[in-house]
Amino acid sequence: MKTNNPQLIGQSIPRIDGPHKVTGRAIYTDDLKLPGMLYGKLLRSPYAHARIKRIDVSKARALPGVKDVIIGADTPQIKYGNWRLVPESQDELPLAVDKVRFIGDEVAAVAAIDPETAERACELIEVEYEELPAVFSVEDACAEGAPLVHDISKGNVSLVRKISYGDLEGMFQKADYVREDTFRVHAVQHAYLEPCASLAEPDEGGRITLWTSTQTPYLVQCLLASTLGIPENHVRVMKVMVGGGFGGKMELRPWEFCAAFMARRTGKPVKFTLTRVDELAFGRRRHGMTLYSKVGLSKDGKLLAKDFQVMLDGGAYNAMGPTATFLCGTFGNMAYRLPAYRYFGRHVYTNKPPASAMRGFGAPQAYFAMESQLNQAALDLGIDPIDLRIINAMEEGDVIPEVATVSSCGFKQCLEKVRAASGWDEKRKNKKPGHGLGISAFSFISGGVFNWFNTKYNFSSVEVRVYDDGTAHLFSMACDIGQGTDTVLRQILAADLGIGIDKVRLTSMDTSNTPKADLGSWGSRVTLMNGNAILDACRKIKDMLIPVMFTQFDLNQIQDIAFEDDHLFVRSNPKKRLSFAECVYKALRGRRGEPLSAHGFYTPRNRGLVSPAFSFGAQVAEVSVDEQTGLVKVDNIYTAHDCGVTINKRAVEGQLEGAIQMGLGYALHEQFAMQGGRTLNTSFLDYKMPTAQDMPPSVSLEVETYEPEGPFGAKEAGEGLAIPTAASVGHAVYEATGYRCQDLPITPEKILRALGKLK
Amino acid sequence: MAPAELNLTGTKVGCNQGDCGACTVLLEGRSVSSCLTLAMEAQGRPITTIEGLAPSLSELHPIQEAFVQTQAVQCGFCSAGMIMSAKHLLDHNPHPSEAEIRQGLSGNLCRCTGYTKVVEAIGVAADKLGGASAKEA
Repeated sequence: MKTNNPQLIGQSIPRIDGPHKVTGRAIYTDDLKLPGMLYGKLLRSPYAHARIKRIDVSKARALPGVKDVIIGADTPQIKYGNWRLVPESQDELPLAVDKVRFIGDEVAAVAAIDPETAERACELIEVEYEELPAVFSVEDACAEGAPLVHDISKGNVSLVRKISYGDLEGMFQKADYVREDTFRVHAVQHAYLEPCASLAEPDEGGRITLWTSTQTPYLVQCLLASTLGIPENHVRVMKVMVGGGFGGKMELRPWEFCAAFMARRTGKPVKFTLTRVDELAFGRRRHGMTLYSKVGLSKDGKLLAKDFQVMLDGGAYNAMGPTATFLCGTFGNMAYRLPAYRYFGRHVYTNKPPASAMRGFGAPQAYFAMESQLNQAALDLGIDPIDLRIINAMEEGDVIPEVATVSSCGFKQCLEKVRAASGWDEKRKNKKPGHGLGISAFSFISGGVFNWFNTKYNFSSVEVRVYDDGTAHLFSMACDIGQGTDTVLRQILAADLGIGIDKVRLTSMDTSNTPKADLGSWGSRVTLMNGNAILDACRKIKDMLIPVMFTQFDLNQIQDIAFEDDHLFVRSNPKKRLSFAECVYKALRGRRGEPLSAHGFYTPRNRGLVSPAFSFGAQVAEVSVDEQTGLVKVDNIYTAHDCGVTINKRAVEGQLEGAIQMGLGYALHEQFAMQGGRTLNTSFLDYKMPTAQDMPPSVSLEVETYEPEGPFGAKEAGEGLAIPTAASVGHAVYEATGYRCQDLPITPEKILRALGKLK
Repeated sequence: MAPAELNLTGTKVGCNQGDCGACTVLLEGRSVSSCLTLAMEAQGRPITTIEGLAPSLSELHPIQEAFVQTQAVQCGFCSAGMIMSAKHLLDHNPHPSEAEIRQGLSGNLCRCTGYTKVVEAIGVAADKLGGASAKEA
């Protein structure tokens, strides 16, 4: 492992934005107010599937204080969607035109002088609907003669993904052990604490400035421009602070369009702020899925073949569902060596709120199936579940067919570490009734390669300027939504130029003033991709500074120049040194005043089709189950993960700790109560996410590898950690009770029913 | 109550249903959800919001300092409410156990941190404050 990293790498540098956030000075989109600003409200469909026969907005328009009312017919009616590469997948309109497809589909929008007037005006809009038969499950949606959610998608399947390699039938025949299971996983929500908000300001010439709570400003810029029918450059998107995203804020949203469209019509700024009810009842969610999996193993535990068939419940629109459909198949064979694999994934429309990206992007579902099934196979084969994983684990240099070569991998070390830390062997030998240990492994991507957005720019870009006061200014379109990239990116820049982190100023996330492009914060891509773009820019800056040293000290060209402690010096003779500031000054003189500035770019090339790097990990959950009430108490969680070289230790820990909260919610507590396409639990009182009192103690074990493709050897640490908890808890519950959950969440009712204590 | 109307934007609206705790403020030293508190109830009684905690612009309150140092803040949207709940807790119980800290935070939801570093921060703050906050209370 390469270890000569700068001192700044691995340090728990406190968040740059910390002081602002703890004093209440941090500004989020809803905090913004502009002179003359109007307040927007959306009118949503009360029906899951209906034709719009007539809309009358005259009463709403006549209400004093109402400045604008729009319906679909008033808009350019240009469809949008993140998959620009496949235009027919772009299935959404900001406001419904012909029909509505889920309860909450946006039908009209109002801008008024205050939120109350806007709300009142929405109530005055008359819409006549003709209700249509609707479908609420993938099974119903795919049934013969089912009503179509979108006419162009026959059988309600909007996208199919197939992967196939190896001799599947031959390998199944060779297998000593074959099992088939069907798993069902449910929808859960991101539940970021900041409800979405957007503020659009009209600029000269019909241009728009949009502040919005997003994790993908560049995507919003492009799609907003196309739906408004104006040049991309006429839309400037900025974010202020973003109160969490987790995948739920990575598309153009109707309220962004409506704010901009009405700002252009009224000449006034327009702001929309969603409520928690909006978010829970109508917001994006993680895909519910039905996953059929057949695996074949030899009697000594070698995985030989896997047949994986998945139906994703996409809800009414594609959103990020196509990516989830692709990735689910990739996650089905990412962690283990598998000689033969077949995947058949279908993205299915239903008349429910659209599902989209959510922390893990198809992985929590795929791994719940894979890992639960492996645990059952281990039991049947009489092999320890951790041993079974070690037998099949990916290693450095392994190839994931049609995907990538794994260039760093600490998977086996992770498995050994959780075994030791959790007391796995000993506790399994001395099993206590009502108590159990469970294991799950995972792997994840560090950003995506597949260019579904069809950007013409590099995937990640920055500009670095350096000044003769010894400071640097980083311009980056990367998007800190709470995960801490504003701090980590400064750390990478400061480490590489050898200057103090306090010397780095950051302008982030303004599509007019940061270089094009950065695809945003998703897929655990920012540290690796934007970090690499920074290193590219730093290399160019260094090329401007190094000649100064050679001239100053009359150096032989074999000499190497070091950048450390705000100085440049000759590595073999550190006494020959100049301060960073002085060096920039001399370079400026030599360039006759031309500023020192460089652009840096990163696009993964020759790294396969999925991701430039892969992280790995394993988790053991220890639970006690009360056999009278069926309540599961998680006593401890042990997680080992390989995220390459850690850039900011506490930031990485924070990702793990937060992921466990989300993972436990997915496994045990969170679900939507749905009735006829309607979400019934629309408050945090009824949508149960774990509180501080519900959280178990947890142990984090790092396995450090060096990822050659990552900046300073780093890879992802954001999403992968959200994957293993459902399967590790599920396995532990099985060990404690004999109930093996194949349909999440694991509720007391299901446990009691399995124990014969409930009918 | 709507502190935002006074341009005090530090108090956040996470749910407006009294469930998330992001809008926690102190009303006569007791932590309340401002979204559930009528302006009438608060009339004539002192309210402390997050903006009133730090002794000056350049200084942080020890609880705020601990939140920054331990990285108990990620997206920051719940932080103001968390800190006000912590202030209430430490004012009334200067040396809380971990279980008491968790109980004190049970009305504040967070989706980023898993609460681990928030609990740690409040422990660090309790140590920093020593017995001082007990006397204040």
